[in-house]
Amino acid sequence: MTHQKIVVTGIGAFSPLGVNVNDTWANLLAGKSGARRIEAAYVSELDLPVTFAAQVAQNPDEILERFEVKRLDPSSQYALIAGREAWADAGSPDVDPERLAVDWATGIGGIWTLVSAWEDLRQKGPRRVMPMTVPMLMPNGPGAAVGMDLHARAGIRTVVSACASSTESIVNAVEHLRSGFADVVIAGGSEAAVHPLPIASFAAMQALSKRNDDPTRASRPYDVDRDGFVLGEGAAALVLETEERALARGAKIYAEVLGGAVTSDAYHITAPDPEGSAAARAMKTAIESGGAALTDVVHINAHATSTPVGDIAEYNALKRVFGDHLAKIAVTATKGSTGHLLGGAGALEALFTVMALYTRTVPPTINLDNQDPEIVLDVVTSPRDLPAGPIVAISNSFGFGGHNAVAAFRAYEA
Amino acid sequence: MALSTEEVLSGLAELVNDETGIATDTIALDKSFTDDLDIDSISMMTIVVNAEEKFDVKIPDEDVQNLTTVGDAVNYIVKASA
Repeated sequence: MTHQKIVVTGIGAFSPLGVNVNDTWANLLAGKSGARRIEAAYVSELDLPVTFAAQVAQNPDEILERFEVKRLDPSSQYALIAGREAWADAGSPDVDPERLAVDWATGIGGIWTLVSAWEDLRQKGPRRVMPMTVPMLMPNGPGAAVGMDLHARAGIRTVVSACASSTESIVNAVEHLRSGFADVVIAGGSEAAVHPLPIASFAAMQALSKRNDDPTRASRPYDVDRDGFVLGEGAAALVLETEERALARGAKIYAEVLGGAVTSDAYHITAPDPEGSAAARAMKTAIESGGAALTDVVHINAHATSTPVGDIAEYNALKRVFGDHLAKIAVTATKGSTGHLLGGAGALEALFTVMALYTRTVPPTINLDNQDPEIVLDVVTSPRDLPAGPIVAISNSFGFGGHNAVAAFRAYEA
Repeated sequence: MALSTEEVLSGLAELVNDETGIATDTIALDKSFTDDLDIDSISMMTIVVNAEEKFDVKIPDEDVQNLTTVGDAVNYIVKASA
């Protein structure tokens, strides 16, 4: 393992707040919400208990070629859009395909394809099941779409760890680079699960907000009246490479990737360990693995999904890691605006963390009308400046299965 | 009622375009699916499934391998629809 500095040189996003990074970031800073009523017939036909979600800002049919849309599940379509933006933003680096890798992630995979194939089978018989069904539903499909598009031949890996997935993909990308097996990696995640089956399933376990009459105010991390998360969808991608390579080609550098860490609770299949010891260990390891101190951290993009239990559990873990220093950290929970992208959440929030360091501006947490008195955090509710210097920020993601993943970044100074 | 060659060719060209993005006006009777149009086996099977539905015909798997050119497929569908 080499310990060269790793940097972010390109970013891409296709989200409920916008079709690219510029629109997404501008709407995030403006305090907008991506949540709205779902205008599909299935909502009333199935009498779904939750009638809104944070859907992507534009139909991918209007962005991709028709044959790409036909051959790719929405989770792969979103991946392709974000991946292409990140690659172009990085200046389409001239890299040997054998030294280019993809570390992608999804929580659920091609659920639209899977369920529609099942309906074709039931209604029309096996002869009408599309031959592309398997490659479209497999969870590694989105990563493969990104990798094939860029001819990445140093490995296309996909991690599946629920809502921790795409932070884990960034951790994998760091390992990919540090192992010396790749020179450039595109890391990211995508999810397209605003579909009646996941909506009904998440609602059945009481995980979703039921604020049907007020979608834009439904995702409210840390607020006393939070009642569950808002299902989101989309994709985000980051181009990672060694500092040496980035400097040699004169690339724009957004931030340094200090590192990341993955731990597991092994406590309960869905509930976080209330003690938060494994989550705390992931944060500490991510920060210290890159040679930074806990007291260097000035900003956290929290996992905070707006569920009553989850937001408290993360707070307990934060106290355990940072102690008194926690009061000096500007915390934000951007799921208030984006909803919860599940397997795409970690990458999008890592992108926001990188942008916060690059622009030295923390994006706000919206809908925080009455902060939960049990959560004593400095939550940022309107854009706030960050100080100069080599400041550190982390992005947390936790997932069903007891997965904890943390990525740590440092402001880049040449 | 039997379909005409022209009807089937234009309908099939739409299916090929839908699946592969190949322009419909380049899809002619003498074109080979694999050698000229570079259509892989999974796309070919998708086109067959969609053609069965569109033209209301059956194209058994063992016959698909004999459909080398667009013209072969058009003739097969015209006959099967008769």
